[in-house]
Amino acid sequence: MSLRLDPREHAPLSLRLLVSLLAGLTALLLVAVPVMAAGANPFEAYLLMAQGAFGSMFALSETLNRATPLILTGLAAAVAFRARLWNIGAEGQLYMGALAAVLVGSGFLQLPAPLVIPAIMLAGFLAGGLMMVIPAMLKQRFGADEVVITLLLNFVVILFIQMLIEGPLKDPLAMGWPQSVPLLAEAKFDKLIPRLRMHWGLIIGLVAALILWLMVKRTVLGFEIKAVGENKAAARFAGIPVDATMLKVALISGGLAGLAGVGEVAGVKGYLSADLSPGFGYSGIVVAMLAGLSPIGSVVAAVFIAAVFVGADSMSRATGISNYLADLVVALSLLCVLVGSFFLRFRLRWQSRQEA
Amino acid sequence: MGVPDHPNISKSEAQEPMTDPAILLSLSNITKRFGALVANDAISLDLRKGEILALLGENGAGKTTLMNILFGHYVQDEGTVRVRTNGGNMTALPPGSPGAALSAGVGMVHQHFTLAENLSGLDNIRLGTEPLLSLGRRATARTRIKSIIAESGLEVDLDRRVADLTVGEKQRIEILKALYRDARVLILDEPTAVLTPQEAEGLFVVLRRLAANGLGVIFISHKLGEVLAVSHRIMVLRGGKKAGELTTAEADRRSIADLMVGKAVAQVTRTPGRAGDPLLELDHVTLAKSGSRSAVADASFTLRAGEITGLAGVSGNGQAGIAAMLSGLAVPDTGIMRLFGAPVTRADPRRLVQQGVARMPEDRQHDGVVGTMSVADNIAIEEIRSPGFSRFGLLDNNAMRARAESAIAAYDVRCPGPDAEARLLSGGNVQKLILARVLEREPRIILANQPTRGLDIGAQAEVHRRILAARDRGAAVLVISEDLDELFALADRFLVIHAGDVVDAGPADALDRATIGLLMAGQSHTTEPLAQ
Repeated sequence: MSLRLDPREHAPLSLRLLVSLLAGLTALLLVAVPVMAAGANPFEAYLLMAQGAFGSMFALSETLNRATPLILTGLAAAVAFRARLWNIGAEGQLYMGALAAVLVGSGFLQLPAPLVIPAIMLAGFLAGGLMMVIPAMLKQRFGADEVVITLLLNFVVILFIQMLIEGPLKDPLAMGWPQSVPLLAEAKFDKLIPRLRMHWGLIIGLVAALILWLMVKRTVLGFEIKAVGENKAAARFAGIPVDATMLKVALISGGLAGLAGVGEVAGVKGYLSADLSPGFGYSGIVVAMLAGLSPIGSVVAAVFIAAVFVGADSMSRATGISNYLADLVVALSLLCVLVGSFFLRFRLRWQSRQEA
Repeated sequence: MGVPDHPNISKSEAQEPMTDPAILLSLSNITKRFGALVANDAISLDLRKGEILALLGENGAGKTTLMNILFGHYVQDEGTVRVRTNGGNMTALPPGSPGAALSAGVGMVHQHFTLAENLSGLDNIRLGTEPLLSLGRRATARTRIKSIIAESGLEVDLDRRVADLTVGEKQRIEILKALYRDARVLILDEPTAVLTPQEAEGLFVVLRRLAANGLGVIFISHKLGEVLAVSHRIMVLRGGKKAGELTTAEADRRSIADLMVGKAVAQVTRTPGRAGDPLLELDHVTLAKSGSRSAVADASFTLRAGEITGLAGVSGNGQAGIAAMLSGLAVPDTGIMRLFGAPVTRADPRRLVQQGVARMPEDRQHDGVVGTMSVADNIAIEEIRSPGFSRFGLLDNNAMRARAESAIAAYDVRCPGPDAEARLLSGGNVQKLILARVLEREPRIILANQPTRGLDIGAQAEVHRRILAARDRGAAVLVISEDLDELFALADRFLVIHAGDVVDAGPADALDRATIGLLMAGQSHTTEPLAQ
């Protein structure tokens, strides 16, 4: 017997769904090993995780609350990766979006109340977008690698935010805590259900996913992004403005990450702090990869990743196993989906030597 | 993989004794199916020592499949491949094992090279034959390669990075790679598709020399002229079957062309064009070299309605620069390019398309189509923003599909349908797709850059017919080609480019190949009178 790899002509949707599903399941299966090593029964642990993530209205609200920024950062990565623009800087763009929301929505600007929320969203989108447009321009002009630039900018942005919230933006009423002045009441997103943390940011995320899906399927912009991402030379020859299209992608990608930051400030915390995001930007990459860069898939993948985090917190409280387990699941599902994507491109075939 | 003995195979070997000791390689009854398609149907072939066997056939005739089976890339459904070993016996190759084929002395030069661009020629040749971290062996290898070069005439600079070599030099490295591995059988898959006529001529000289030294060569091609020039024996495949086998001495163009297509080939005959108004003028245009694009030093010419102008020249003499300007990818550095009387000042392919310029790119797979997008997308791509295909930024998928369906029918694009990805199309069908895209608009100016490179005779005739029809409709056409036969078949008038200078060689009827050849080599019109 020998093993052969045959290239696939086409990977059907069902197979792509299966790969993502199996990647998530395999990650959970692999994580069962350290769970057992920690002395717990993996079945019980996972049951506790599932209950913690979906077991009650409260749990569900926490999961969806957690999924809200992940949907947006997942979309940010998906739209960029589709165009072969490697935006690893969603974390920094998220913080810039949050900063813009605070600058516009905390009373520095006098705006009529109904305009405040649209204004902070626009400001957050543009701030995040700008953080991606600059690396994209550097790439076009100087050939600078956007992976390195966006990744390193994350650290620059967070230090910049820390400087602001320790300095000019520091809330004098926060009893010394490093956090910014709070948003005005009219700048805050309403809760979807009273007493639960789920907020309107979730709806924004869902609408964004829908718009992006339509953009990919039905618009000239989506068509041009695909052409530029798949074959720059042919796109340029066909008259598609390659550089301008890339900048649009950068703006949309960074802008979506910026919106995630707006949502966290306006929907959850109410102010800006340096611990606003526990790596939502990075997890967004996992979301996008798990989703196979599909906008609708990103919603599902974001809920999965959020459930893992929320469930792990809850399980950790019950069993004493560290909630780092969640990071392990997320990291492993990325690895699994990368392995799985290999099977989308190739078909494995056992063949006996007798065949010939 | 890699287990050489196999009970079934050794049994069948015993049944067929190999009598002729000159036979190096023998394929018997090779059959390969891909689903319902029979790519190779019981094909048998013998290759003798010192022989150049041409394997001829249209695209899709099964040439490449057969060679991929021989080399172990595919596993045949039936049949065996036998190779003479060093000991002088014929042994069966285990199917599906390129390693076994290599060690049995079968070397293959693929159409698309398999070289590490960042390594020197020397290291590429050694790659895979020995650990790279081995002191002293490099010198030994160099000595051996030098002697192979001396013997074969495959002159190449071993120390330059492969990325900096020309296509012809890369091909020589590939051949050296095979010879360095002691190949006794050399397979070349369409080796001249990427070469200039001069480079091809050089290759033939090398091949004849190698064959004289005892190498067996299989030369895959669909160009009749070169097959007649270089081979000893010709085997023609058609639709996966052996259509005929004959010695080159008894073959002529007509007979093998008929064997290839299975019917008499319709000859495209050119009637003289009637030159009309000037549509595009270049006036002392220059364009600097950029990347792999060659420079234009001084180009002045006019394309007129109803006339085909042929641009001849050795590859890399500025054709790419001319093509870039006519494609809207570049504007002249100095001088003026006038399109319909108005100077072109901005590089904007989209605007050119709107004004009625049809552009067929030189590298149609790379620049012509987005492989992962559908046939319908690729037909609409140049005009995706026009009201025909989109409105308010929204795609009109129905219109795109409808256009694709009519194009597929009208231009005979062989594909599973409008939604099939363009990468699944063969080279000839990609070119038909591009023809459908650009000609359907009834363009007034056509740039056809290497319009039939790599296409089989049937597809070539189709492309030529379409170009002539567009001219008769009143289009001004510029054909850039390295194939003089093609230019003489199409052009009403010749331009020749050498070192970036464009020379007007005048009407085609007053010219012959020798005259064009002199101009291609840089002999100026004025200093050396052409008249005998």
